[in-house]
Amino acid sequence: MELTEIIKPENRVYGKPALMNDTPMHYCPGCSHGVIHKLIAEVITDMGLEEQTIGVSPVGCAVFAYNYIDIDWVEAAHGRAPAVATALKRLNKGKMVFTYQGDGDLAAIGTAETIHAANRGENIVIVFVNNAIYGMTGGQMAPTTLVGMPSSTCPYGRDVSLNGYPLKIADLLAQLEGTCLVTRQSVHTAAAVRKAKKMLRKAFENAMGGKGTSVVEFVSTCASGWKMTPVQANQWMQESMFPFYPLGDLKNVE
Amino acid sequence: MEEVKLMKGNEAIAHAAIRYGTDGYFGYPITPQSEIMETLMAEMPWKTTGMVVLQAESEIAAINMVYGGAGSGKRVMTSSSSPGISLKLEGISYIAGAELPCLIVNVMRGGPGLGTIQPSQADYFQTVKGGGHGDYRLITLAPYSVQEMADFVALGFDLAFRYANPAMILADGIIGQMMEKVILPPQRPRKTEEEIRWESPWAVQGKLKPNKVNVITSLELDPAVMEENNLRFQAKYRQIEASEVRYEEFLCEDAEYLLVAFGSSARMCRKAVELAREEGLQAGLLRPITLWPFSSKVLGAYAQKVKGILSVELNAGQMVEDVRLAVNGKVKVEHFGRLGGIVFTPNEILSALKEKIINP
Repeated sequence: MELTEIIKPENRVYGKPALMNDTPMHYCPGCSHGVIHKLIAEVITDMGLEEQTIGVSPVGCAVFAYNYIDIDWVEAAHGRAPAVATALKRLNKGKMVFTYQGDGDLAAIGTAETIHAANRGENIVIVFVNNAIYGMTGGQMAPTTLVGMPSSTCPYGRDVSLNGYPLKIADLLAQLEGTCLVTRQSVHTAAAVRKAKKMLRKAFENAMGGKGTSVVEFVSTCASGWKMTPVQANQWMQESMFPFYPLGDLKNVE
Repeated sequence: MEEVKLMKGNEAIAHAAIRYGTDGYFGYPITPQSEIMETLMAEMPWKTTGMVVLQAESEIAAINMVYGGAGSGKRVMTSSSSPGISLKLEGISYIAGAELPCLIVNVMRGGPGLGTIQPSQADYFQTVKGGGHGDYRLITLAPYSVQEMADFVALGFDLAFRYANPAMILADGIIGQMMEKVILPPQRPRKTEEEIRWESPWAVQGKLKPNKVNVITSLELDPAVMEENNLRFQAKYRQIEASEVRYEEFLCEDAEYLLVAFGSSARMCRKAVELAREEGLQAGLLRPITLWPFSSKVLGAYAQKVKGILSVELNAGQMVEDVRLAVNGKVKVEHFGRLGGIVFTPNEILSALKEKIINP
């Protein structure tokens, strides 16, 4: 069989999502952000929401998300994305509005905005990337950094007497009346990616259906911040992150 | 249609906002301006015009809601008082950096810190010299009557949209709390999505197919491009300074002594000018209505004619610096103020004029 007989549109099994730009990504090798971006781009296209979606990007590694997914974006101040999204959605009721936030943005500086947007039951999706470290600023301690886990601002490991405990913000959000879906996912295997995409789509459907706030947490890798190779990071995430941040739905109101 | 009503300055802001066709108000309670949100909530404009009114969890959240709403091309506003405005400064800097139009109301109270709930004009520096980080300017309107509280809602939004820049109504506790007759404007319709896409093509409304994406951001890591952005802002600010200065003159024509005052201080200065005239002293009042852009040119002209200028402010001497810059040493300029929520009387102002300017 000749190569030209194989390379045909009808034989195509995989392609770059239509909404992903060709901009070279600034994310490090082994980082989860790229796959999560891809899932968002796919869900928007699958649901036919290309012309209705507005994303809110955070301060942190995903600050340039607007360079990668070909939709309208607002770049928010650090932690304020849920407040920005609140107004976008309330003033533009038919639109699909989501935030994309890291652990520092969502669970440290933006805790109040996150909890209150979710408690009001804003019809938005909060995509929460939890890699337990500040990637953009160079590996400082995050609110979700595990006990004993080193970072540049807790070089001897997170010490509870000094830094308190890692914050399970998704568990907290699941307690609020305003949330309809709080789920913890990962993108470390093909099966996990498929499952995560299914839940992300559910979240988007909830927002468009006016069911309240959906939170999709992605337990993620930061090979650079963790000072590991991508393979080591994936391994370490499964061994150390998953026991503390177990995957699955914390709340799923049908 | 127009309506004549008796109400507080804060209430006038709320009614004027609904009638302007404002799309959204986002606020957090603080004395002495809480009547703005209370009036909006009681009026329930979401049932009539579709205006969104939301009590946010903090002033920080409220200003970021304004940022998001403004990014989608909507007419959005917030209001607060001095300590709350300090919290909003980060958001205001982002809004200025992203070149978004919006309206912010500051009904000033005495500071610093938690200060007092009594009226003050001590946020002049914060408002016209920046406040937040970076080289930005805030179009600043200083109302001195309940009527102007109502009128400046439309003027503030119009200027904000004309220049893609945040605008502030800088009032104080006196103007916010006092009741006066006010003529409310007729109801205007809110803008439709089609109108917004046409008038504000930069707005995020969801990317329609042949169009390019819209991104609302103040971030630019390339310093060469960031300098270009800043130069563009500065060119806009020079244009505003050239076109939008507003002031009012009271008995200035033959004045030998000039009072300069804004907002509630100008109300008391009018009376002080009348008292001075009764004593045969040729006093006049120049009232800057826009605090930025400032009435520098007209003050420069008066510097050639008058014997002395007294800047009368409810603060320790803030606008007086801009008055001195405007007259550039050509005539004596002094400051008279009361602090911490204490308000001067017209007689005190007249005495200060005599002591500091006429017979120093």
